[in-house]
Amino acid sequence: MTIHHHLNDATLMAYAAGSVSESLSFVIATHLSVCSTCRARVAEMESLGGAELESQSEMTMSSTALDNVMALLDDDFFVEESKISKPVANSNIPSPLRDYLPHEYEALEWKTMAPGVKYFTLDGVNAGKGTLRLLKIAPGVTIPEHTHEGTELTLVLKGSFSDEVGRFKAGDIADLDDDIHHQPIADTDEDCICLIVTEAPLKFKAMMPKLFQYFVGM
Amino acid sequence: MDQAIKSNPTEVLDSQQMTALLVRVSKERDKQAFACLFQHFAPRVKSYIFKLGSDEAMAEELAQQTLLQVWRKAHLFDDSKAAASTWIFRIARNLRLDLIRKEKHFEYDDHDLTQIEDESDSPEKHLDRMQHTAIVREAVSQLPPEQAEIVHLSFYEGLSHGDIAERLDLPLGTVKSRMRLAFKRVKDTIGGTL
Repeated sequence: MTIHHHLNDATLMAYAAGSVSESLSFVIATHLSVCSTCRARVAEMESLGGAELESQSEMTMSSTALDNVMALLDDDFFVEESKISKPVANSNIPSPLRDYLPHEYEALEWKTMAPGVKYFTLDGVNAGKGTLRLLKIAPGVTIPEHTHEGTELTLVLKGSFSDEVGRFKAGDIADLDDDIHHQPIADTDEDCICLIVTEAPLKFKAMMPKLFQYFVGM
Repeated sequence: MDQAIKSNPTEVLDSQQMTALLVRVSKERDKQAFACLFQHFAPRVKSYIFKLGSDEAMAEELAQQTLLQVWRKAHLFDDSKAAASTWIFRIARNLRLDLIRKEKHFEYDDHDLTQIEDESDSPEKHLDRMQHTAIVREAVSQLPPEQAEIVHLSFYEGLSHGDIAERLDLPLGTVKSRMRLAFKRVKDTIGGTL
């Protein structure tokens, strides 16, 4: 199995520079955990950050700075909590998502958003004015056509969907530019589970789906 | 120990030596090596944080915190994956977001069991990280001004693509495409060098 849809370079650069929001970095990191191609690219970009740091002019530290820090080196410090996956969590869930789900996908308390579409909102990650949630789309169900005002990332975790851009399977991520209209449809006989982050409300194209937007709260 | 540091305060250490020092901290918990890293990186981290809009006291505090984390996390450093400057940049970046913007910057797991095999990730892609920083810096310095500006605003000033678009009065799409071009160009330069 291979990944066919990756994060675009502009998104990866923003991640490397530390200029994406918490919820975007959550979804980006979850894709990176499964995708070695994007990991290699982001490592290159982070080395731009290293080069930037290296070429900074030096700003004088206070005269006691080094002694302060040296004095702390022998202190016990609480060990960086290693990312121990919760016993209930299935190892098929990539991190950091794994650490924020109380149960495996099927055992989550899914809420109904629209016929054939259920959602689960992630607690513990700051989504600002946008949203961060899992969607579970029943086979054959279409999400109404919409465009994006801000960034939207959709990471497929299970099953697959198709839209105008192509077919997205587990591990694939849809990193859409603002002007793309798309209408994803779950295209196999199993539920499609995705992790979706939006930064600003979606704009639906037709009148009718406005109702849908109301219910969906996207 | 203070004496030892003061004996060579202006010595300019290159990226390769920095990485070797960090390996010594990582493997041997070598405090002398740590002090050298501190002398080199703390003033640069302070400058990086300061330019991103913090006052001097906060920049000083975060520079100290960053270097303390370098010591505490040194066992996680892998010199086959990153140069010291890149690894320390990541720590400074994450700390700043965490403490100043009150947002987490989620990191990926390099050893995640759910990784999907990708045959395009061949071993020869792994560059010599030791020389890497210098080459990348050189590549960035050769970018056309309009691309360099966007890399600069992104990394030095921590602006989002939306903020950059607003600052430069450009469409968001232009900012994104310049960012892509800049990266492609840097990558091509690096590819041609190694």
